Amino acid sequence: MPEHNNSVVVEKLVKRFGDFVAVDQLNLEIRKGEVFGFLGPNGAGKSTTIRMLCGLLTPTSGRALVAGHDVGREPEAVRQNIGYMSQKFSLYNDLKVIENIRLFAGLYSVPSNMLSERIEWALRMANLKGQENLITGTLPGGWKQRLALGCAVLHKPPVIFLDEPTSGVDPISRRQFWDLIHQMAEEGVTIFVTTHYMEEAEYCNRLALIFRGKMVALGAPSEVKRNSMKGELLLAECEPLGKAVEVLQSAPDVIDAAVFGNALHLVVRDAAAAVPQVEKYLSDQGISVGRIEKIRPSLEDVFVSLTTARDAGEERKA
Amino acid sequence: MTDQPQSAIVAEKLTKSFPGVRAVDALSFDVRAGEIFGLVGPDGAGKTTTLRMLAGILPPDEGTATVAGFDVVRDPEGAKHDLSYMPQRFGLYEDLTVDENIRFYADLFGVRKAEREERSAQLLQAAGMREFRKRLAGKLSGGMKQKLGLVCALIHHPKVILLDEPTTGVDPVSRRDFWRILYELISEGVAILTSTAYLDEAERCHRVALLHQGKLLFCDTPANLKAKLGKGVLSVSSPEPRRLRSQLEHADGISSLVLTGDGVHVVVDDAARRIPEFEARLKSAHVPFDVIQQVAPTIEDLFVDAVSSGASPHA
Repeated sequence: MPEHNNSVVVEKLVKRFGDFVAVDQLNLEIRKGEVFGFLGPNGAGKSTTIRMLCGLLTPTSGRALVAGHDVGREPEAVRQNIGYMSQKFSLYNDLKVIENIRLFAGLYSVPSNMLSERIEWALRMANLKGQENLITGTLPGGWKQRLALGCAVLHKPPVIFLDEPTSGVDPISRRQFWDLIHQMAEEGVTIFVTTHYMEEAEYCNRLALIFRGKMVALGAPSEVKRNSMKGELLLAECEPLGKAVEVLQSAPDVIDAAVFGNALHLVVRDAAAAVPQVEKYLSDQGISVGRIEKIRPSLEDVFVSLTTARDAGEERKA
Repeated sequence: MTDQPQSAIVAEKLTKSFPGVRAVDALSFDVRAGEIFGLVGPDGAGKTTTLRMLAGILPPDEGTATVAGFDVVRDPEGAKHDLSYMPQRFGLYEDLTVDENIRFYADLFGVRKAEREERSAQLLQAAGMREFRKRLAGKLSGGMKQKLGLVCALIHHPKVILLDEPTTGVDPVSRRDFWRILYELISEGVAILTSTAYLDEAERCHRVALLHQGKLLFCDTPANLKAKLGKGVLSVSSPEPRRLRSQLEHADGISSLVLTGDGVHVVVDDAARRIPEFEARLKSAHVPFDVIQQVAPTIEDLFVDAVSSGASPHA
């Protein structure tokens, strides 16, 4: 693929802190207009990668281009071409809506001849026309988050980084927010999303899951769910659940067991073979067993399976 | 309620207003011993206010609340030894070690040394934190800090536990550890009331109360809640999700449609009838798609359905 169609190109990117390899030979290509999700547990190297892509941290080796600029050599140019929004930390709550917008316009050096037009645009985009003088802290969550987005894109950046943009927002506002994001993507803006919430990950065109500095899955959400799980997933209703989990830790066919409400999710190598074995194993231990069936894994199941499978027997890193 | 004697928490018509907003509006529910009950709703739904009233640190304007048999409105201190409340920012001392933090909370609640040792060994084991006893709390990851907060909150064997968004900012792996500890506790007969802004976490609770703007939308088991939706939910994936949406959004029988990253998620009146209709429609418009499949409704589908049937979803 020709490079000019890609907004973000990462090649063999490495970041070391002393002996610790935080990001290990990472490769990525994100197309213009793509909504790309970047997932991984705490400490997987996610923040380090984003800080490098935003021109805030110099790579140890490898290279990354963001909007055509090299993050190591031209960090200033990178920073001028990106927007960054985190729902939690972006806005000053004790300022008015319009004051927040003016502040960010100043921070991003929006030229004065474009200022009024961009402010108008941000207010319209955020659906906050007529609300300019409200104190930001008093706005409902969904409004605040649209304002934060408006402030982050006042300087028309071609690439936007979103960090858990809709955490804690009600589902209706969240859907509206993602509609807005998809509209921007349609206009050619590239969106880079990081999140711990699989509900947000579902809104991305493609996802990368990283673990210990390396990529362990890449694809559309439906592909990742279909192809990346190590093994198959069973739903098992049984009672008592706590004892069942304990017992199944030592069951030979069960890779992982987790409680979900009134049932268990079990990761097994082969669902058809495992059903009768699990049934027998549990009832032999005096646990009453209800329905056991194969289910389609959720993104969370895949995430947990890929980021814990390599942990067995190894010491965990905090 | 018929099982009132067993209820560890009973909230009746709890109401609390702050200037300009009714944060909690005539909220009633009960939590039984051995149950994990979820207060689920977006930011501003009234979850924290409810928990603070039940913890006896915020007097309600109206209504009553009983926790572990004590009327917390009249006697806010009464339930202190049977109750544990873990607020969103739990007070860990970052310059003390894991063990020292635990000892501090044990002393606050007058837990004896032998009991403290046994209990903390058990809880740290469950939390997967045994190797970290000598680490400074400030050096723990976010997920580990939350788990340590829980260990400290449980050191005095409370009968009722109130947790305010304990898993916010915690990755899915640590979240599972956290929930495993909760499930272990209920076998001791503890009642757990936990709040979350993540509707998918509702699925892990025995029963949930879905809150919106201080009011109770629904209260039931996740399975019953989903059955209540009474509508079908379809998932369609496509390499061209936006074209897919524009073809389907005006189709008959749709009550809500969400554009996801690689398709759409649609709530319909009758799945069996609409699947072939949608297939025909997409084929004639030459929109590429994978199979249209019926999926289980999510708590989010239910929430959106309930909230938007009253008001315009695009307000």
